[in-house]
Amino acid sequence: MHPITTVHYLVLSAALLLIGTVGVLTRRNVVIILMSIELILNAVNINLIAFSHALQNINGQIFAIFVIVDAVAEAAVGLGILIALFRNKETVLADEIDLLKW
Amino acid sequence: MLIDTVLFYVFALLTLGGGVLTITRRNAVHSAISLIVSLLGVAGLYLLQHAEFLFAVQIVLYVGGIMVLFLFVIMLVNLDQMAKERQFNGQWAVALAAVLAVAAELAYFLYRGRDAFRIAEAPAAAAAQLGTVEQVADSLFSEYLLPFEIASVLLLVAVVGSVVMAKKRI
Repeated sequence: MHPITTVHYLVLSAALLLIGTVGVLTRRNVVIILMSIELILNAVNINLIAFSHALQNINGQIFAIFVIVDAVAEAAVGLGILIALFRNKETVLADEIDLLKW
Repeated sequence: MLIDTVLFYVFALLTLGGGVLTITRRNAVHSAISLIVSLLGVAGLYLLQHAEFLFAVQIVLYVGGIMVLFLFVIMLVNLDQMAKERQFNGQWAVALAAVLAVAAELAYFLYRGRDAFRIAEAPAAAAAQLGTVEQVADSLFSEYLLPFEIASVLLLVAVVGSVVMAKKRI
């Protein structure tokens, strides 16, 4: 069995990024779109940690912490917007929210 | 070494399997639970890379914080009739084609660059040192003090913003 190298982590991270992108682009439910964004941010974090470990440099972990902070802020505001949207339009389907599209 | 390899594949399977289930489930609660599995797999990968602090943050903050927030919202917006609707939008074929193109590019990039990423294995003693809470804190509170403060302001803005968004009348 081969030992695990940085490339393994990069392939895993790329796969997770693609799964998240498919979720963002194809799902109709806004809650699941927000969850897919969390998947994408986690893929970025795996990348950062893999290089942090390979290069023995702590900066990757610091950046991962900031990415997590961003993810928290995004989730909080996104879900707040979602609640406001549901109160006004009675829907959480992304393609029914088309006020700006005529 | 062998146990590391096995653990990597277990956690990778949890991460990717959870991710695929997250974007394919009809019921949003099932999606959220699959996402929890995926996030736990990522936490395990952090542990394999000696990022113990991030492992703790991932579990406490993501699994304990963000996912509870998601579940609250799912309960609030009553998704029962949404589960009966069509789950994928009209442009799913175009989206899949675009994602496949990006996948091909990434695969080519990783295949061509696979030797460039083969960085010499660090000595085990240094590897054990990196990523302790002490080192993370040292860096975070000295070199990255200003970004740290800006991040706290960002969180404050997010708190105020979400309250304003979710409140009926300000």
